[in-house]
Amino acid sequence: MAEKKRLKDLSIWQKIYIPEIFKGLALTFKNMLKPKFTMEYPEEKFIPPASYRGRPVLVQEENGEERCVACGLCSRVCPALAIEVQAAETEREKERYPERFEINMIRCIFCGFCEEVCPEEAIVMSKDYELAFTNRQEAIYGKDKLLVPVSQLQDRIEFLRNYK
Amino acid sequence: MPKIFIDGKEIEFKQGQTIIEAAKDAGIDIPHFCWHPSLSVSGNCRICLVEVEKMPKLVIACSTIAAEGMVVYTQSQKTLAARNAVMEFLLINHPLDCPICDEAGECKLQDYAYEHSIGESRFVEEKVKKEKRVPLGPRVMFDGERCISCSRCIRFCDEIAKDPELTFVQRGDRVTITTYPGEVMDNPYSMNVVDICPVGALTNTDFRFKARVWEMSATKSICNGCARGCNIDIWVRNNEILRLTPRHNESVNSYWMCDHGRLNTFKFVNDSSRIDSPHIRKEGQLVKVGWDEAFAEASSRLKSFSKDEIAVIGSAFATCEDNYLVARFAKSVLGTGHLDFIHHNDPSFEDDILRRSDRTPNSLGAKLVGVRPSKNGLDFNSIIKAISERRIKALYLVEDDTIQNDPEIENILAKLDLLVVHSTNYNKTTDIADIVFPASTYAEKNGTFVNFDGMIQRIKPAVSTLEADRALEGMAMSRLDKFGTRWDRWAQGVKFDARPTWRIISGLSSVMGYKFKYNMAEEVFKDIASGITSFNHLDYDIIGEQGFKIKASVLEKEILE
Repeated sequence: MAEKKRLKDLSIWQKIYIPEIFKGLALTFKNMLKPKFTMEYPEEKFIPPASYRGRPVLVQEENGEERCVACGLCSRVCPALAIEVQAAETEREKERYPERFEINMIRCIFCGFCEEVCPEEAIVMSKDYELAFTNRQEAIYGKDKLLVPVSQLQDRIEFLRNYK
Repeated sequence: MPKIFIDGKEIEFKQGQTIIEAAKDAGIDIPHFCWHPSLSVSGNCRICLVEVEKMPKLVIACSTIAAEGMVVYTQSQKTLAARNAVMEFLLINHPLDCPICDEAGECKLQDYAYEHSIGESRFVEEKVKKEKRVPLGPRVMFDGERCISCSRCIRFCDEIAKDPELTFVQRGDRVTITTYPGEVMDNPYSMNVVDICPVGALTNTDFRFKARVWEMSATKSICNGCARGCNIDIWVRNNEILRLTPRHNESVNSYWMCDHGRLNTFKFVNDSSRIDSPHIRKEGQLVKVGWDEAFAEASSRLKSFSKDEIAVIGSAFATCEDNYLVARFAKSVLGTGHLDFIHHNDPSFEDDILRRSDRTPNSLGAKLVGVRPSKNGLDFNSIIKAISERRIKALYLVEDDTIQNDPEIENILAKLDLLVVHSTNYNKTTDIADIVFPASTYAEKNGTFVNFDGMIQRIKPAVSTLEADRALEGMAMSRLDKFGTRWDRWAQGVKFDARPTWRIISGLSSVMGYKFKYNMAEEVFKDIASGITSFNHLDYDIIGEQGFKIKASVLEKEILE
């Protein structure tokens, strides 16, 4: 069978390599002088825009109480079944509060449905994307880790009001 | 039979029926809040308005008597518009607190708002403020704002519980429900108002905020509180029973059940006093052992007694299947005729609504399947007497607490050389028992109960034991049960190493050299059905969800035997 000419067969210039090396180096030096797009993470942190969906957090009011009334809708809508809520009664005006609120961050897929369904604007997606754990138990975030003061979540809440 | 036409469908009805009743019998659902099949007609919610040909205005289906040839439209434009308007009126003052409300998910107002409402409110004024969280009684909490004034609860107290306690006060949009001055809503049936309340105005103080409706699975079962055997649903989440609700069965309990049954008959199932795996007494202490060891110990010790020294006590709390094998075990394996069960009668518990003085669910069943002394055998009182006289040295006790029933028996039982007990929870009898087998509760097994009236009814497992798998056993499963893994905390509910009594008996019998070849409760029932006249030709499918009533003549003959 006759040998077939391949598209990839190199020309003579390409075969001697030297010009190609200089061509490549030229591109490298040209880009060295251009402005950088890379970020030196973790020394330098990426601050996401308000539309970013980081880990879901619970909104903590200024008086230290959670907004959540433990209605369980986030838990119901969660496609990954990451959220567990146990409600209990309180003396406060909103009769109900979450006695336990746990998100399994291994299950969470950051879809933001919980935030979308929440009737109280009590669970929102934060800008926190640094989630590393060394075991399964650590990955279950309880109220201690989930509650974030409302002042830190202002721009996300603003974003939701505009676009939700 | 007279006929009416509903939505173009020709329907037969009984003379005197209202349109809504005729429609219901034909499977047509006309929306309703205040109408309830077992209560009188009040006609105040107006959601059941329908169009009837040749009538100038819309009429309410719940109080319009159906007449020959009537032509009713439940989906006409006029009807839908009226329904929509009624919903809008009802929602004017109804708070938007579904996220907090316990009724969410099983709320008629919520359902109809989706079905018949425009989905937005035109009301811009302030909603009327009313009292929230008012305890009407020890077991029922009232929320004035959520109430739509349907008066079902008032009519229930007047007509079913026969204890008028509730009434409307105020007028117009300020109307609210309260107890009569000096009265507390504490009748023994008070919690039924929670079920019939179409909204979340009345809530169960025991269940308040424990779980959302959609997180639980419901299993059709029977209440074990008394010999009535009210049909119930067992609501379970994460292998824990959270509440019981009555299930409709017109020939047993209608739509109702008593508060005692609702509150006090399920908490022992998930209690910390449950016995987990078999125990043998060694040096005065109950020690946890494996099933094989417990069977071997029980077998060898039972064999050391002569037939006449052993007595067996069955249980009116156990199912027919359990008692049937207990009876066969006593007669064929142990060879003793000293066989009976304990009656728990409390005349003060009985009333003329549902409650019975017999506080056990299956005393008739136990008797029918053969838990009774044979010709020369001793009955319960004679057994106790024989123990005190040391004529009986070994007692095999199934699912009952003799000491709780009669504290004086403790000293008598102490004279026994061997006490083998099947029990669900630790109690005073297990405290002195030599061998304890952990029995499944009524919520963990298949079986049948026979109520005082001869109605055979099915119980089904709602809670899984260590050996049972929800999916494989065909148990009711919630979404969480379906998708939970062993890594999920919400799927790690406690499971006890317990078995139904009939399985313990058949395990022990095979160690003792007598094989019962049963793998399922249903197979035991098949044998009962072929051997005992009252159960002839029955199986679990025939009994179904509504039970099967044994003919009085058959029953009478069998009991007299």
